[in-house]
Amino acid sequence: MLLKLTDITKAYPGCVANDHVSLEIASGEIHALLGENGAGKSTLVKIIYGVVRPDEGQITWQDNRVTIGSPRAAQRLGIGMVFQHFSLFEALTVEENIALGLADAAAREGLREKIIRVSAQYGLALDPARVVHDLSVGERQRIEIVRCLLSEPKLLIMDEPTSVLTPQEATQLFHTLRRLAAEGCAILYISHKLEEVRALCGAATIMRLGRVVGHCRPAEQTVKQLAEMMINAELKSPARGAAQAGNGPPRLTLAALSLPSQTPFGTDLKDISVSVAGGEILGIAGVAGNGQSELMEALCGEVLAPRDAIAIDGAAAGRMRPQARRGMGAGFVPEERNGHGAVPGMSLAENALLAASRRPGLVRRGMVNAARVRDFAQAIIARFDVRTTGPEAAARALSGGNLQKFLIGREVLQNPGVLVINQPTWGVDAGAAAFIHASLIGLARAGAAVVVISQDLDEIFVLADRIAVLAGGRLSQPVAAEAATVESIGLLMGGTNVAAHA
Amino acid sequence: MPSPGFFKIEKRGGESAFWRLAAPFLAVVLTALITGLIFALMGRPPGRTVWVFLVSPLLAKGGLAALAVKAAPLIMMGVGLSLAYRANVWNIGTEGQFTLGAICGGGVALALPDAGSWVFALMAVCGVLGGMAGGALVAVLRVKFNANEILTSLMLSYVFQYLLIYLVTGPWRDPQGFGFPQTPLFSDAASAPKLGGSGNLHLGVLLAPLLAVALWIMLEKSFLGFQFRVLGQSPRAARFAGFSEASLVWIAMLVSGGLAGLAGLFEVAGPVGQLTTKISPGYGFAAIIVAFLGRLNPLGAVAAGLLLALSFLGGDAAQIELGLPRAVTGIFQGILLFTLLACDVLLAHRVVWRRQRVA
Repeated sequence: MLLKLTDITKAYPGCVANDHVSLEIASGEIHALLGENGAGKSTLVKIIYGVVRPDEGQITWQDNRVTIGSPRAAQRLGIGMVFQHFSLFEALTVEENIALGLADAAAREGLREKIIRVSAQYGLALDPARVVHDLSVGERQRIEIVRCLLSEPKLLIMDEPTSVLTPQEATQLFHTLRRLAAEGCAILYISHKLEEVRALCGAATIMRLGRVVGHCRPAEQTVKQLAEMMINAELKSPARGAAQAGNGPPRLTLAALSLPSQTPFGTDLKDISVSVAGGEILGIAGVAGNGQSELMEALCGEVLAPRDAIAIDGAAAGRMRPQARRGMGAGFVPEERNGHGAVPGMSLAENALLAASRRPGLVRRGMVNAARVRDFAQAIIARFDVRTTGPEAAARALSGGNLQKFLIGREVLQNPGVLVINQPTWGVDAGAAAFIHASLIGLARAGAAVVVISQDLDEIFVLADRIAVLAGGRLSQPVAAEAATVESIGLLMGGTNVAAHA
Repeated sequence: MPSPGFFKIEKRGGESAFWRLAAPFLAVVLTALITGLIFALMGRPPGRTVWVFLVSPLLAKGGLAALAVKAAPLIMMGVGLSLAYRANVWNIGTEGQFTLGAICGGGVALALPDAGSWVFALMAVCGVLGGMAGGALVAVLRVKFNANEILTSLMLSYVFQYLLIYLVTGPWRDPQGFGFPQTPLFSDAASAPKLGGSGNLHLGVLLAPLLAVALWIMLEKSFLGFQFRVLGQSPRAARFAGFSEASLVWIAMLVSGGLAGLAGLFEVAGPVGQLTTKISPGYGFAAIIVAFLGRLNPLGAVAAGLLLALSFLGGDAAQIELGLPRAVTGIFQGILLFTLLACDVLLAHRVVWRRQRVA
């Protein structure tokens, strides 16, 4: 056995992240680690990679007891890890970035040749001389993988690797991983995407609430069975019902919206035109970093646009600030919950007020009516099944899924005519995700125009009536969801990168 | 074999409500111990010295009134800073806004020496406007040019200090003052209204706690105060909600500057009675400690203002009774700020004693 964890326990104040977790991984095996957010997967992986020390338990590596005190120690044993969020310097080249991660200067000798050799060997096309800023997310991930492979690891940990990839890029990644496994490298694969786990992984360990609750061979299970093992409950997919769209007047219209990015490495929005009618959900697909945040900021008014580029219910809203747009009946849920959509240290009641100050009765003559604000927060908690101790609980005390339900409830209970939401179920557990999807569909069917920006194609296909793709700051022509396929949307998602290489 | 243990500082995962209130008290106790130690190293009896410094001023005749008079400007400024700091607007220049308020208000008194008792109201308005002007300069630089307000407000303090020195040694110098750098004494009408017949208690002493209550209500109960708190804790969330950072910075600078100007006006129209080159023994900087010691809560600033006022009185007492240098006040205030910052680690962390695990 390559790696064997026995009875690993790690407790944080207020929660046991890992409770007597045992795990075995053999060489050449692609092993999936499944579980909802908060199930303890990341803690376990951090223990294996030496970032966190367990309170109890044993780690055996190639049949020897070991203590992994630091990531460097893990690398010396032959453990490599590709994180979900990359640590790359945008202004440096591929080679410089890799050189920075090397432990000693001697390893830098002939680095360029090594990078070229390894990337050719595993089909990871990568030019060492290019600057990271110009690379797509998929290419950036390849840098991280090549960086790991240079040290010839025996175990490679991949944390949600496909969440940032187009379907085509993901397929390419799977070739690389299968090849590595065939050469004897073990892979510990963490993912929410059960379909790809079924296709890729030979074994799976399922965690729930810090414990291992099952093992299986993913290929022998259906996606539904895997999901139900993770959440220990029956999974109900939301019924979409027929769209009543198409005939109604547009509630949200973008007319040739172009905006230069506010940050040096951001994406400029280029000539975006689209309109969304009441009763309809428009899904905006795309890989991260193609203008999603910029589009969200422009829509909600954090960044002002030309006056006529944005219209809400026919009224020009481009120069309006967020409060004024909310006054027009628009609602917004940004991607980041803590620190953007909510103030982490404030109570749920105060966070309800944050985006609902125009709701009648909450603020009168400049003074906050605390009782009414609390009632409003309580109503959100009740209607959206937010698991919490009450309106006084701090936003940061809630799990991702519960806080997201609260933030969506905050908007939905204000009966918005237009709702724009970025990454509605990012980092949200399957149960809460199903609930959120049902709420968004319900809101649209009640007559609102809903825009869902998401990097999760499955989510887009579940929700959207029409689908458009944001790539390189440009929005493709929306197509009816029935007419779209994963392949056709995937090609549009990678569109600009294909062009850049041609 | 007995295994050695070790201390470990670990995160609480939240903020301790108990230590939020207890940290300032622990800091005061530690400060008394550390200053006692310094006195002992200087060869002074530590117990008696700390007593003279911290307790005897309160027991002296009229001691409480003197404390209140010293505390008034500290509270006014600490209250304004609490508001600004809660919004992450780091006004470090209250000393300068205090000075500018004193110049503008005092200038009115000098320009209208024979005016009736209404002149004090005009002086108060001009004092506030002067302080606001000092704050406005900082706000303009921050909002228009994104200049760091810590630097600009601090450096402008020196500008206003030199302006004061220029005025009292130049155009505004008292011709009958034997060449001393001071203006004529203000008329009775231009002096802060006294409370009661005797002593130095003036209107500002009454006004300071009232202002504290008003700002507390504003900060905790009003929507404007809510916007300040959101901006301070999470600027991105403030932008998402559509709160204008520029307006909030303006309000924070105008309020904290205006209160500092009012404090300066009361100081020159009250205890000092004229403009001199030394109208403040460092109130503006002590007010920063007042704000932090009061937990950036305007009501807390009242208690903290009293303690810092005591450190000024204690410095005088130690100088007179024990022949200690006046720097004792500054040392006490500095140690207090340091120990407070150290104690604040306990807000988010706890200290645990771990026994070494035997492998």
